[in-house]
Amino acid sequence: MTDTAHTTEVKPRRTSARPGTLALLLNNSLATGGLFVLVAICLIALAAPLLPLANPDVTAPANRLLPVFSDGHLMGTDHLGRDLLSRLIWGTRVSLAVGLSATFIAAFFGSLLGLVAGYAGGRVDTVIMRGIDMVMAFPYILLALAIVAVLGPGLLNALYAIALVNIPFFARNIRGITLGLSRREFVDAARLSGKSPAQILFIEILPNVLPVIVITMSTTVGWMILETAGLSFLGLGAQPPQADLGSMLGEGRKILFTAPHVSVIPGLMIFALVMSINLFGDGVRDVLDPRLRAGSLTRPVARTAVERGDAPVPPPSGKGVLDVRDMRTEFEIGGSVYKAVGGVDLNLAEGECLGIVGESGSGKSVTAMSIMGLVPTPPGRIAGGAAYLDGEDLFAVSDRHIRKLRGGAVAYVFQDPLSTLHPLFTVGDQLKEAIGTHQPLSSAEVKKRAIELLSLVRIPSPKERLAAYPHELSGGMRQRVCIAMALANDAKVLIADEPTTALDVTVQSQILTLMNGLRRDRNAAILFITHDFGVVSAICDRVAVMYAGRIVETGRTDEVLASPQHPYTAKLIECVPVLGEPERRLDAIEGRPPVVNNLPDGCAFADRCPRARPECRSGDIALVMSSEERGVRCLYPLNTEGTA
Amino acid sequence: MSVVSARQSEGDTLLGIEDVERIFGGGRKLFGGHKPAVHAVQGLTLNVRRGETLGVVGESGCGKSTLARLVVGLDLPTAGTITFDGEDLAGLAKRNRNALARKVQYVFQDPVASLNPRKTIRTILEAPLKHLSDLDARGREKRLQELLEAVNLAPEFLERYPHEFSGGQAQRIGIARALAAGPELIVLDEPVSALDVSVQAQVLNLLDALKEQYGLTYIFISHDLSVVESVSDRVAVMYFGRMAELGPAKEIFRHPLHPYTDLLMRSAPAPGRHDLVSEDAAAELPDPYNPPPGCAFAARCVRKTDLCHSVRPAPDEAQGEGGNHFAACHHPLPRA
Repeated sequence: MTDTAHTTEVKPRRTSARPGTLALLLNNSLATGGLFVLVAICLIALAAPLLPLANPDVTAPANRLLPVFSDGHLMGTDHLGRDLLSRLIWGTRVSLAVGLSATFIAAFFGSLLGLVAGYAGGRVDTVIMRGIDMVMAFPYILLALAIVAVLGPGLLNALYAIALVNIPFFARNIRGITLGLSRREFVDAARLSGKSPAQILFIEILPNVLPVIVITMSTTVGWMILETAGLSFLGLGAQPPQADLGSMLGEGRKILFTAPHVSVIPGLMIFALVMSINLFGDGVRDVLDPRLRAGSLTRPVARTAVERGDAPVPPPSGKGVLDVRDMRTEFEIGGSVYKAVGGVDLNLAEGECLGIVGESGSGKSVTAMSIMGLVPTPPGRIAGGAAYLDGEDLFAVSDRHIRKLRGGAVAYVFQDPLSTLHPLFTVGDQLKEAIGTHQPLSSAEVKKRAIELLSLVRIPSPKERLAAYPHELSGGMRQRVCIAMALANDAKVLIADEPTTALDVTVQSQILTLMNGLRRDRNAAILFITHDFGVVSAICDRVAVMYAGRIVETGRTDEVLASPQHPYTAKLIECVPVLGEPERRLDAIEGRPPVVNNLPDGCAFADRCPRARPECRSGDIALVMSSEERGVRCLYPLNTEGTA
Repeated sequence: MSVVSARQSEGDTLLGIEDVERIFGGGRKLFGGHKPAVHAVQGLTLNVRRGETLGVVGESGCGKSTLARLVVGLDLPTAGTITFDGEDLAGLAKRNRNALARKVQYVFQDPVASLNPRKTIRTILEAPLKHLSDLDARGREKRLQELLEAVNLAPEFLERYPHEFSGGQAQRIGIARALAAGPELIVLDEPVSALDVSVQAQVLNLLDALKEQYGLTYIFISHDLSVVESVSDRVAVMYFGRMAELGPAKEIFRHPLHPYTDLLMRSAPAPGRHDLVSEDAAAELPDPYNPPPGCAFAARCVRKTDLCHSVRPAPDEAQGEGGNHFAACHHPLPRA
């Protein structure tokens, strides 16, 4: 039991390579503009008592309706001779204060109701949410009128009315998020740690809901200011002589044609205020929303960028249908470059199955995605090498041609069939689309072909299954449909990325048997990506083991499994329990794989390798081929007596 | 006490599961009519002995995770009883959840999802110490250090957030949290299936070491037969919410009685194995809303007869050698 004494080393904490929240926000120029306008308006409104302004409420009938830029009245005066600039600034102050307070009140009560309803569920949820529905079903202006009618007109009462009207908005949003969170494992874990429901709700769940509350607030505060203005406009909010943007607008309405500036000026102010808040609010949402943040607000293009620089493109080796030469794929995130694939050579003959084995982060999936340019750009790019399909460089062909090849000559099968299939279309529609995109057939022929394909992948009663939606099929059946789609256009190369990992063992063996049969019947080449040597044994002719973005060993499956030459391969085989050998001691690999933005010099495995010597830590170690098919990237390989 | 539980109870029983059933759904709709009901677990009788590792195997939807949640009290059975050390577990869960949490703990499948993303590791590990033990601040600090040492993590990790950890490290934290309350029984629900193979071995070895160090009892749930075989003393194979086969790990894997166990074993890929058995594509799980009257596996079984379709086999219908190996099968496989 000594193998567990590791991973205790602590690397110094580095600052995150991803840009921070503020940097992301400032990157969005519209949001930044909104922020500046908003800050300026807020500062002026806050400074109102300090500014040399006329008293906003003092009337001077002699000076009534002075135009803009009059002496002493920069923005003119209204119908009672009050200084418009002063009223505008004081009015903005009032509108902002009411809008913000209403937002906070609505956010507090709405979130509280949403949290309780979402967490408690059952009857409590029903009662709270039906109450919320009733508030929502009422026209808000009518509700506000009713509240004001009961409490009497006034700013404070308008504030209550607006807050109440907006509670449902928060409650519904927060309830949805809470409902999702309270089914999460960390909530169960907190329960098992002995926390009470209140502690779980406010200590565990609330911090995770907080960003959503902030997002909702930032997107509603503008709306609340508008509503305040609306109520004041109707005379239900601010009472004369108090200035407020809505009441100013209301007073100017009667003289809109004789003195338009009296209503236009507060109107413009409302517009600037609400617009700046909305722009800023959208920016805040984009930054805080985890779904948007993961993509860093980028729009990936349809094909991976190819930036091969000045280095010569390696010529095809002339072997196989698919011939990948020295392919390099990089991701640029923050300031650092992650070399996910660092020079991979592969070739795949007709009807052959090549397995790529590796742990997560070894670059096996990126290798598969790079071939057809499916790595998202940004942040990914192909930085070198070439992939030849029948002698044609896939990185050099036109976008139009690559679209034709995708799903045509080269098809993919992914790990999770439920997320690969569109949930709203029947499997028949999706299968027919896959056929129709590449082949000019009539709809009857397409349907016939779809049925053929479903029976090819051994789906019982294929004709009836065409009308089934993905959720109506089991995981194994869904994966069969995905395979049928991949085969729809006589693919030469099938790239299967962990196609059986999400399936049960009995289903996995069915799918493996199916794929094995299909490649024999149709002579298609399969690039099979997996982490499981057992699966490799079952289906692959040859295998390539990847570590830290490079192939460390390759050869015929039986040879590699029987006498692995790279210490990593050997360790990887040893650390998996094998059925029928329960007494076998599991030999864990110490440490963790290196991060590909900071690869060590020399062998990437040296830090974890029991056989490492000083020479292993310098220079580039080449993949030495001992025969046509067998190769190892190691200075001191194991088991070499027989083959060398 | 049924025959099965009586025969199992040689040795010191820690956890007794007696004819337990958990139904989801059911009940009446608002406007009459019955809601459809799913039997996630049905007629399950199982004893866990002190100090053993009981492996539970089965494919998705067989009820193994429901069983796990029942044992830790996150869910309550709709019928039957679960006793811990002779005490009714459902009653204890209702009356004093914390008392139960001191005895039985749980390790989750997805190590990262089981840690609150907005809490430091210190806060996460301190929670069970605060709520389930009566240690003072200094005692808790000392215990935290012990726990980290037990799972081989550096003390510096305490101030970090879950997203800074790899899957294997996060699972060690999950194990440390389960250990914090000093439980006797730990339910491990697919503890290594989200991990890379090289890390999986690290965690399995760690679990083995901790078991000896703290004298723990494990219920180890997994879909991976080879992992279960390597850690378990006894194994329970579940199918469609019921027990298909139960027995000592060696017996089950060498001489399976139930055709389902045999199918599972022959479907599992292993390095150097080329001939995977593959059933017909029509082989599907039965409809959970409309379970068959007889053996649930009959539709997929090569040994089925009319009897299998009409009469459900008792959990101990077939018995292997040694009197502690049972299978719910009318036509068990002969000893090879």
